[in-house]
Amino acid sequence: MEIFKYKQAIDFMSNAKKFGIFSIILIVTALTLLFTKGLNYGIDFAGGTIIQVQYEGVAPIDKVREVVSKDPKYAGATITKFGSDSEIVIRTKQASKSVKGGAKVEVQKLLASTGTFEIRRVDLVGPSVGEELKTKGIMAMVLSIIGILIYLSFRFEWRFAVASVAALVHDVTIAMGMLALFQVDINLPILAAILTILGYSLNDTVIVFDRIREGIRTIKSPSMADVINQSVTRTLSRTTLTSLTTFFVVLTLFLFGGEIIHGFSFTLLVGVVVGTYSSIFVASPILMWLNFSVVDFREKEAAAAKRQKERDKQRAQFEQGTI
Amino acid sequence: MGNLNYRVVLFFFAFVFGVVFSIPSLTQSDEGKKITLGLDLQGGLHMLLSVKTEMALESKVKSIGTSLKYNLDNDDIVYDALKIDGDKVVFELLDEDDVKSIDEMLAENFAENKIVKKGMLYELSLTEELAKKTEQDAIEQAVETIRNRLNMFGLAEPTVAKQGAERILVEVPGIKTQEDEDRIKALIAKAAHLQMMAVDEDRANRVYSMSDEEAKSYGDVILPDVENKETKYLLYSVPILDGSMLTDAKVGYEEKSNRPMVTFSLNGQGAKIFGDFTEKSVGKRMAVVLDGEVYTAPNIVQRIGGGNVQITGAFTPQEANDISIALRSGALLAPVQVESQRSIGPSLGADNIKASLIALIIGFLAVIIFMVLYYGVAGLISNVALVANLFLILAVMSMFEATLTLPGMAGIVLTVGMAVDANVIINERIRELLHSGSSLTKSIEQGYNNAFTAIWDANITTLIAAVVLFAYGTGPIKGFSLTISIGILASMLTAILGTHGIYQLLLPKINKKKLGFWFGIRQEVKQKGAK
Repeated sequence: MEIFKYKQAIDFMSNAKKFGIFSIILIVTALTLLFTKGLNYGIDFAGGTIIQVQYEGVAPIDKVREVVSKDPKYAGATITKFGSDSEIVIRTKQASKSVKGGAKVEVQKLLASTGTFEIRRVDLVGPSVGEELKTKGIMAMVLSIIGILIYLSFRFEWRFAVASVAALVHDVTIAMGMLALFQVDINLPILAAILTILGYSLNDTVIVFDRIREGIRTIKSPSMADVINQSVTRTLSRTTLTSLTTFFVVLTLFLFGGEIIHGFSFTLLVGVVVGTYSSIFVASPILMWLNFSVVDFREKEAAAAKRQKERDKQRAQFEQGTI
Repeated sequence: MGNLNYRVVLFFFAFVFGVVFSIPSLTQSDEGKKITLGLDLQGGLHMLLSVKTEMALESKVKSIGTSLKYNLDNDDIVYDALKIDGDKVVFELLDEDDVKSIDEMLAENFAENKIVKKGMLYELSLTEELAKKTEQDAIEQAVETIRNRLNMFGLAEPTVAKQGAERILVEVPGIKTQEDEDRIKALIAKAAHLQMMAVDEDRANRVYSMSDEEAKSYGDVILPDVENKETKYLLYSVPILDGSMLTDAKVGYEEKSNRPMVTFSLNGQGAKIFGDFTEKSVGKRMAVVLDGEVYTAPNIVQRIGGGNVQITGAFTPQEANDISIALRSGALLAPVQVESQRSIGPSLGADNIKASLIALIIGFLAVIIFMVLYYGVAGLISNVALVANLFLILAVMSMFEATLTLPGMAGIVLTVGMAVDANVIINERIRELLHSGSSLTKSIEQGYNNAFTAIWDANITTLIAAVVLFAYGTGPIKGFSLTISIGILASMLTAILGTHGIYQLLLPKINKKKLGFWFGIRQEVKQKGAK
C-alpha cells in the first residue's frame, strides 16, 4: 500500500506567515487561559486528599454530598462521578497527618448510611511534599530543555536548536492551555505526559530537521524556502504515518486505559497533534526567518571538508614518511 | 549461510535473551528474577512519613536535665531553680566555692553540650552539631524500628527506607483487607513507650478531684486506664524502669480465663531494679503503662524476682500480637506523621491491570496489522523487531527486578510507538530509493544509512529527557522514564540493527519483480538488473 507520493514539492513556506499568525493566536489563547482559568493543580502538587469509593449499583451521589457537607472536617470537599456510574471521588484540601485511622476510617463511618460500598483508593499528599514535587518537576523540565539544546547545537547548528526549542515551547504552552481549558487535575502523570510531549515534539522536529540538513547538501537551489519545501515534502509520508499510528495508540489508551490515565492520555493526544503541526509549520519557518543562509552553510561545510581533506592528506604524507 | 552477518546474530541473541529472561515475569513463577507489580497494579499501602524531630530534641534536653540533677546531687553541689526553659536547661549556683568543682564536672560529663555562663547562672543547650545528630538518630531509629515491626508482622515484602534527608518511605504491597491496613498503620504509629510506675498511695484516693497541675506539684501524673477511660491512677512521674531494659516480649494466654496477654522479660539490671522495688513496696500497687495508658496495676504481694512481667487487658489475640511486636522492636524516639499516603484496594489494582492490558493489546495489534498492510513483508520484519523489543524491555526490567507501574505501562506503549517510527523512517527511505531507480541492495544499504542520523538524533534527544526525568522524578515518574529509557535502547538494537540484519539475510530471496509484496510499493518499479 502506498498513500503518499509527491512528484512535486508542496509549497509550505509561502504560507508560513499565515501559519505563524495561527500559532500566535493559539499561544495567546493558551496563555490567556493559563492566566485566567489557571491550572487545576491536583493533590500531588497542591496537597489534599482523594478518596475513591465504589458502590454496589449506582452511587447515591446527592446523598453522599449531603452527608459529607454536614461534617465540618470535610468543608469545601467536592464529590464527582469517576468513570462509571457506581464510582465517586471525594476531594478535599485537607491532609491528615495522623498515621492511624485517617481519611479511610473517617469516610467509612461517614458514608455508612449511604449504601454498600468499598473504598478503593485513598491518596493523600501533605503540603510540603506537594511543594517539593512542583520544584522538582520544573527543574526536570528546565534541565531536559537545556540538555537537548546543547545536544542539538552540537549535532546541527544553533539556529536549528533555537527553532526546535521554539516549537517545543509552542507545543507545551498549547497543551497546558488545553489542560487549563478542560480543568484537568494536574498530577504527577500529567507532568510525565508533558515531558513526553517535549520528547515527542523534539523527535518529530529532529526528523524533519535531519531531512533539511540533508537537503541543504543535496538540493541545488540556494533558497532556504525551496530546501525546506522539498525536505518537508519528503518526510511528509513518514510524519503522517507515525503521527497517525502514535495518535491511534494514544487514543486506545484514552478510550480503554481507565479513568486513572485519562488525563495522561488526553494530554498526549493534544501533544501528538500540536507536535506534528509544529515541526512542519512552526520549527521550519523559524529556521527560515532566522536567516539561515544555505549558501553560507555550504561554503562553511566546503571549507571544513577542505580542511579535513588537507589534514588527511598531511597525515597520509606523514604516515608515508614523505614529510 | 554466507549471509549470516553479525547483525542477525546479535538480534537473534537479543531475542532469545528477551524471551528467556521475561519468562519468570510473564508466568509469575517463584524462580528467577522478575518484575514486581507496582502498588497501583496490585493494591497496597504507600506512605511517606516524617519524624517529629522536635520531640526527639525535647526529650534529649529533658534527659540532659535528669542527668544534670543526678550529677549535681551526687557532687553535693548547692543549686537552685534547675529547670527546662525551652531548649535550654538552666540552674543557678548558690555557693561561689562550688564554681571550680562544677566547671570540672561539666567539662567531664557535659562537654558535648553548649554551656553558657552568666555569673552564677548556667545554661546548657544542644550544640548545633548535637541537635543535628539527635534528629538524624531519631530518623534512623524510626526507619529501623518500623522496618522491624513490619517484618515481624509477616506480610509480603514491605519496603521501609529513608528518602531524602528526613523522610521515610513505607510500602506494603498486597494488603487484602481494611483490618490489615488498620493494624499495619497502628503498628507503625505505636510509640511503644513502656514504663513501670509506682502508684502514689498516699494521695491515690483523691485522684478524681485532683487537677493535672496539682498532681504535677506533688511530682505525680494522672493517667487513665486502657479499658475504662474513666478509671484514673495517680502515679509518681519518675518511672521505676522503662522499656529500654526489656529483652523479649511475647503473647501468652491466662490459665483460667484463656484471655490473651503479653509477657515480657527484663534484662539483668531491669530485673534487679524490679526485684528491689517490689521488695520495698509490698502492699502497694505498681502500674504497667504503655503509651500513657495503664494496662494493669496489681497489688504487690511479695518480691518479684526473675524479671518476667505480664500485662493483660481487653485485647484481642491480634492486638496482643501487635503490642508484643512493638515492644520487641523498641520504642520510637519521636512520633511519626504522614506526609503523603496512597492506599489502593486490590480490586482497583486488578481493574488497572485489565484496563491497561486491553489498551496495550489493542494498540499493539492495530500497529502490527497496519504495518503489514502498508509495507508488506517489510512491515512483517518491523513487527518481528517490535515483538523482540517488547520482550527485551520485559527482560531488562526483570533483571533489574524493576517495579512496573501504570505510568510504566504507558511508557511501554509509547516506546512501541517510537520503535514503529524508526521502522517507518527506514521503510520510507528504502521506498524512496527504489522509486528513484536504485538497485535493491543499494536501496536497502543506502536507506539504512540515510535513516540512521534521523533516528539516532531523535532517540538521543528523547533519551536525554527520559534520563533527566529519572533523576528528578519520584515514584510513578521514575517508572515511566525507566521503561522509556530501556525501550529506546532496546529499539536501537531491534528496529535498526535487527531489521537491517534480516534484510541482508533475506536479500537473495527477494523477488525483484514483486516489490509490491516485499515493500508495499504501489507500482512495480523498473529495477536495474531485474530479469
